[in-house]
Amino acid sequence: MRRRIAPGAVVWLLVAAAYFLIPLVATSIYSLRSNETGTCCTLANYGEIIHDPAFWKSIRISFVLALETIVIGLVLLVPTVYWVNLKLPRLRPVIGFLALIPFVVPPIVYVVGLLDVFRDTPDWFYAKPYGFLVVAYVILAFPYIYFALDAGFRAIDVHTLTEASQSLGASWRTTLGRVILPNIRGAALAGALLTLAIVMGEYTIASLATFDTFPVYIQYVNENKGFPASALVLLSFGITWAAMVAIVLAGRGGAQAQVGGAR
Amino acid sequence: MWLGTLPFFAYALVFLFLPAGQVMVGAFRDVEGGFTLDNLRTLFDEPYRTGFRQSIEVSLVTALVGGLLGFLIAYAAIREGTPRFLRSALTTFSAVAANFGGIPLAFAFIATLGTIGVVTQFMTEQLGWNPYDHGFSLFSKTGVELAYLYFQIPLMVIVMSPAIDGLRREWREAAASLGASSFQFWRHIGVPILMPSLLSAVILLFGNSFAAYATAYGLTAGFVNLVPIQIGFYLSGDVLDNPHLGQALAVGMFVVLAVMMLLYVPLQRRASRWAR
Amino acid sequence: MATVELRELRRVFGNLVALDGIDLAIESGEFLSFLGPSGCGKTTALRLVAGFDRPTSGRVFLGGKDVTHVGPNRRGIGMVFQAYSLFPNMTAEGNVGFGLKVRKQPRDSRGRRVAELLELVGLGDAAKRYPHQLSGGMQQRVALARALAIEPEVLLLDEPLSALDAKVRLQLRDEIRRIQIRLGITTIYVTHDQEEALSISDRVAVLSRGHIEQIAPPAEIYGAPATPFVAEFVGTMNRLEATIADGDRGEVEHGGTRVAVDAARGRRRGEPVLLLVRPETVELSAAGVDGHDLIGEVLSHTFLGAVTRIKVLAGDAEWSADLSVESASVLPVGSRVSVRFPAASAQLLSLAESGASPAAHPDGR
Repeated sequence: MRRRIAPGAVVWLLVAAAYFLIPLVATSIYSLRSNETGTCCTLANYGEIIHDPAFWKSIRISFVLALETIVIGLVLLVPTVYWVNLKLPRLRPVIGFLALIPFVVPPIVYVVGLLDVFRDTPDWFYAKPYGFLVVAYVILAFPYIYFALDAGFRAIDVHTLTEASQSLGASWRTTLGRVILPNIRGAALAGALLTLAIVMGEYTIASLATFDTFPVYIQYVNENKGFPASALVLLSFGITWAAMVAIVLAGRGGAQAQVGGAR
Repeated sequence: MWLGTLPFFAYALVFLFLPAGQVMVGAFRDVEGGFTLDNLRTLFDEPYRTGFRQSIEVSLVTALVGGLLGFLIAYAAIREGTPRFLRSALTTFSAVAANFGGIPLAFAFIATLGTIGVVTQFMTEQLGWNPYDHGFSLFSKTGVELAYLYFQIPLMVIVMSPAIDGLRREWREAAASLGASSFQFWRHIGVPILMPSLLSAVILLFGNSFAAYATAYGLTAGFVNLVPIQIGFYLSGDVLDNPHLGQALAVGMFVVLAVMMLLYVPLQRRASRWAR
Repeated sequence: MATVELRELRRVFGNLVALDGIDLAIESGEFLSFLGPSGCGKTTALRLVAGFDRPTSGRVFLGGKDVTHVGPNRRGIGMVFQAYSLFPNMTAEGNVGFGLKVRKQPRDSRGRRVAELLELVGLGDAAKRYPHQLSGGMQQRVALARALAIEPEVLLLDEPLSALDAKVRLQLRDEIRRIQIRLGITTIYVTHDQEEALSISDRVAVLSRGHIEQIAPPAEIYGAPATPFVAEFVGTMNRLEATIADGDRGEVEHGGTRVAVDAARGRRRGEPVLLLVRPETVELSAAGVDGHDLIGEVLSHTFLGAVTRIKVLAGDAEWSADLSVESASVLPVGSRVSVRFPAASAQLLSLAESGASPAAHPDGR
């Protein structure tokens, strides 16, 4: 086994890199094309987006949705994962099974049921993104938050930490708050960042339930304005990229980057 | 004690099982509210029949092609002889690319290979060959497949990397010391060991592709006949007479995906048996 | 003709010199161990012989042929790795027969040979089991059978017992040696455990920092270490700085006292030397009035099972003496004792030659 560089592999990787970078480069070029002449080079597209209030509104909605989803998701799952790791290992396969459900009930199927069940609920829930969509997004994000948290919990020895804390006289609340939570910060952060990427990119449920989130806005610009959408695409990519890099950096504590749901 | 887990399960019950159950049940209802199998029977008529066929075709193609390419890329990056930074770059990029789908991806491909896309124009002007004159169109099933590969390949890389990593260097060296060539190693040891992981990864890719909606919609505004697109039409109010048809379509998708899942789970278990 | 020969073999990684130009010849049927601490280059050397690595300079000869640029699959070697080398998707049978399958040997003769080898390593009835169903010791036996199946010219073993329990280790190492003698196969064995190396080898090559400190039969390595490193690495050794006092009668001077050492004969008076004395040869007795011996005070007793190791402070040097439990019991901590050893059993190493004083060696024990 040589330790020299294998040229074939490197060439192949560079070819692959080209395939993946070309669409991004093309989008960048598009973003500099003017709507009138269809050629380079202008920053008008960027200006148009920045001055469109609908853009800011949609970003705000998506971002707030993400935050809410993260909070609710963590609140629901941190205790759950903690108990499963500490006392209820038998629940693990149950939750593992639940985590497979998104594979079998993808967003497009899920939204059918959602709209049906909650059609008659009051407006403050059904018509507002912060009610209906958040609820759906928590379900979408749950497998990713779960696996991130679980990896974090497994990396620390939950039993020993809890027992040590209790033997020193701490109550459950103190143990959870002062001992356990600080140690899974990295995993929770990874889960949060994954959720952020997912929510900022989720189109299916949002569009079919007619909410104006960021991805829905991108499609609107795509259909109606053309070139300016490229600026949004680059922004969207940038957000995802930033989130993933942050996860990899935070994930020196055991969490792994996984696939989200923006398909 | 287990009260700590209760909120979560209650939440899942109300917001996951209830809607999912509603879909299952609704598919078997007719307009008056009685039980019927008609909705499901309609799935075998056009255009739904073609929709399922095309969805399965697209998923197969992107799963197999994406699987093969993803595996080769992952292997190229992980094997000895590749600089370390390339491997880290690949890992990070795969994580990003696997999540970069939907509308932004569709637009990026339009910018690349659309009628006035950058690459299209490059080929027309510099190479004198316009793909659109030769039967190619991005806004078709082929275009969708091409775009899907953009997140399928990275997904394969992410899923297969641990398995390839688990191919111990000692096995390779032991095989060599026993006289085996590279081909013999792969044939008798490498591929058999990786096979469960490979198969389960390809199944994952299939499911991923089958369920995708946003990318196809962004590319074709709904003009390609795939099952998720049909469901989308139904929900946007385009199918008027039978509200339960959309649910039947959803159940159809669910069945396909459930079959995939039944294949996936035992394969995954087999794969982890050798990961020591 | 030597079966294995290494000529000026050198391997450099970046700025790390893993092997600094070693020369070595191994005879047919010989069992040679590479012994040394981690990082000394022993595994590097083995991998160069196997062909998994290419030297920066120098050559490797197997059976008289230059194989420096030949791939590992064509060198006619059999290798046993430290762990995890069995193919998990094949049974023990499948693993052992793999090398023969690759050589396209027909199934019947293959089956017979595999059965023969599994018998040889004592695993006749485990043929159909998979690696994950075998214990660590059994796995290594299969690995050995697998390497021997192809009738290699040279058998290479890379710390094959390090990952096993102590008891299994002892058992297996004797078996490996037994099988090796029976088959008469030239063998190179890498280990960091000096007891292991000394007990089963025909010769031992002690390595440190990429070069060979000494190659000799085990008794010589133990009794007559050629360098301070070997003296320190192999077994416990009392090491004291002394000066030649009388080159005719054979005496050295240490801590103000003259002691008789045969090895001092013929040396120049005043030459600084390292006095090496094995603990089991040191004699302690209650200090008498006779002023000619080394006198010290007992610091500690350590019960080691067969013997008690007594630490004595004499002058400013610490001595270790291994005494029977009864003898040790009459010399409690704090008592004054005289330290003696037979003049013939001590070794001397010239300090001037070896350059650095032994204290500079980082891996002292």
